[in-house]
Amino acid sequence: MNQVLEFEKPVIELREKIEELKAMTKDSDIDLSDEISKMEERLAKLENDIYGKLKPWDRVQIARHANRPTTLQYIEQLFTNFIEFHGDRLFGDDAAMVAGIAKYKGKPVTIIGHQRGENTKENLKRNFGMAHPEGYRKALRHMKQAEKFNRPIITFIDTKGAYPGKAAEERGQSEAIARNLMEMAGIKVPIICVVIGEGGSGGALGIGVGDRIHMLENSTYSVISPEGAAALLWKDSGQAEKAAKSLRITAPDLKELDVIDEVIPEPLGGAHRDMVTQALSISKVLDKSLRELEEENETSLLEKRWEKYKQIGEVQSSIEKVEV
Amino acid sequence: MLKDLFGKKKKYASIPGENAKKDVPEGLMQKCGGCKKIFYQKELIKNLNVCPECGHHHQISAYDRIHILFDEGSFEEWDKDLLSQNPLQFPQYEEKLEKDRIKTGLNEAVVTGEGKIHESRTAIAIMDSRFRMGSMGSVVGEKIARAIERAREEKMPIIIFTASGGARMQEGILSLMQMAKTSIAIQRLHRENGLFISVMTNPTTGGVSASFASIGDYHFAEPGALIGFAGRRIIEQTIREKLPKDFQTAEFQLKHGQVDKVIPRGEMRDTLGTILDIHGFGGETVESSAGV
Ligand SMILES: [Zn+2]
Repeated sequence: MNQVLEFEKPVIELREKIEELKAMTKDSDIDLSDEISKMEERLAKLENDIYGKLKPWDRVQIARHANRPTTLQYIEQLFTNFIEFHGDRLFGDDAAMVAGIAKYKGKPVTIIGHQRGENTKENLKRNFGMAHPEGYRKALRHMKQAEKFNRPIITFIDTKGAYPGKAAEERGQSEAIARNLMEMAGIKVPIICVVIGEGGSGGALGIGVGDRIHMLENSTYSVISPEGAAALLWKDSGQAEKAAKSLRITAPDLKELDVIDEVIPEPLGGAHRDMVTQALSISKVLDKSLRELEEENETSLLEKRWEKYKQIGEVQSSIEKVEV
Repeated sequence: MLKDLFGKKKKYASIPGENAKKDVPEGLMQKCGGCKKIFYQKELIKNLNVCPECGHHHQISAYDRIHILFDEGSFEEWDKDLLSQNPLQFPQYEEKLEKDRIKTGLNEAVVTGEGKIHESRTAIAIMDSRFRMGSMGSVVGEKIARAIERAREEKMPIIIFTASGGARMQEGILSLMQMAKTSIAIQRLHRENGLFISVMTNPTTGGVSASFASIGDYHFAEPGALIGFAGRRIIEQTIREKLPKDFQTAEFQLKHGQVDKVIPRGEMRDTLGTILDIHGFGGETVESSAGV
């Protein structure tokens, strides 16, 4: 059963009513086709109204939807011959991060991504997609390998954040993330990052430095969770909705702020409504990015990666601007 | 707008620290944050804001630190003119910035520049936790990235003193991306065998801890400094467990292999001077390059 989100209830209710009427006409001689088609028109309009004008908080809900497709699900749709590999060679294997190799349109790629569980039991195993240092170190090991064997890297970002736990701190969560940011700056193969769900702060960025950063339309990317921000600002995590708006965490926001490259459209209502279609639209953007990046040599690739991040931010000089 | 500013160099002369010292009225008292004993503030300042009784390291301003570290008159500040904007139109952000500017006399939470330590020329960035808790927004990230780039171009070492609660919330994703910007700058420096010394002071957490602060050639820390990724309260809530008192201290990080050495404030200048010398930066008089 699909989880129904608060804002989409009117749509779901109307849809159910239509289904009911359809079932009634099946079992009786009453002709309700006029009513039904009228209601279907209304449904289309309602869907447009609601899904066409999603508020930031609605998108947060979709990004967190229990049935939202995960990294492994997209891998299955997008790639062939995927083989997952385990372990960071230092401490252990982190199930919240998956890594492996596969083929994309016949060419080898390395794939890395946060992995949530698809149900409660799996979520416990996967730690809800919140990685420990060994997860980031596993990711880095595979990026280095991709560089060695000259294959592009594709990362899928889908985490509430790096795990805030005691053991994670003891094993150097900060260092693991920081090292990835630094090393990703120098990896001499194309890196394409796609935010598919929640992009939670440093834990997301830890596999998120690349040549192209794309976001699914209803994914989010933020320095802090809306709840966390609300708690800090107004001492009330209940004001998360307001914080979500102020923080500007949606894909269209990040596009406007010049932080990401493309917003990948989602099916009406969200990726979980039609994963196959969603995978196709991801593939379109992926294909385009890979083709563009194939053109770059090692030097221009790294130089442009730096330029990309160098320009992010807004600063103003208090003294008169001198043209250089 | 950023591109226009990048690469432009504006130099400032300043004699930091002295004024702050003179301003302290006679008889003003301060309670030690460690042993809770009361001291004359003058006495504490004379001891570099370190408690003479228990060794507790109190907060110190960026300019006071510059005064302690550098050969007299050798410091020259960079990019002092950069001011934060309110790119997200975040509520009350401008007011908060203005308040901290007045309170601290700083334009932002980091001071960057170059100077000499025992005759060794070095680039430096010093964060000041009194300004927005030392948080990193666009300007902090930009100033640090520029300082790293300049160190790389002019073949200088760079020392960064961190004091930060992490990325600045009010600039949202732009703050988060400063983690990437500064870390890429460090990567470019390392690629050319540049020397980067990271000195973590209280506090070094969140997005600063998880970016440039943790990718130095050497990691030093001041005694007792809070250093870690996630906040204590969040960890305690997550694992439903009380954390030990020394959790995420400089000493804890030393024990867990994240820090090379814990260095008391009074020994910092000499230790840094020695390291610069061992790396071949000692004693020589390098002409300050006028620009590119
Ligand atoms: Zn004391």
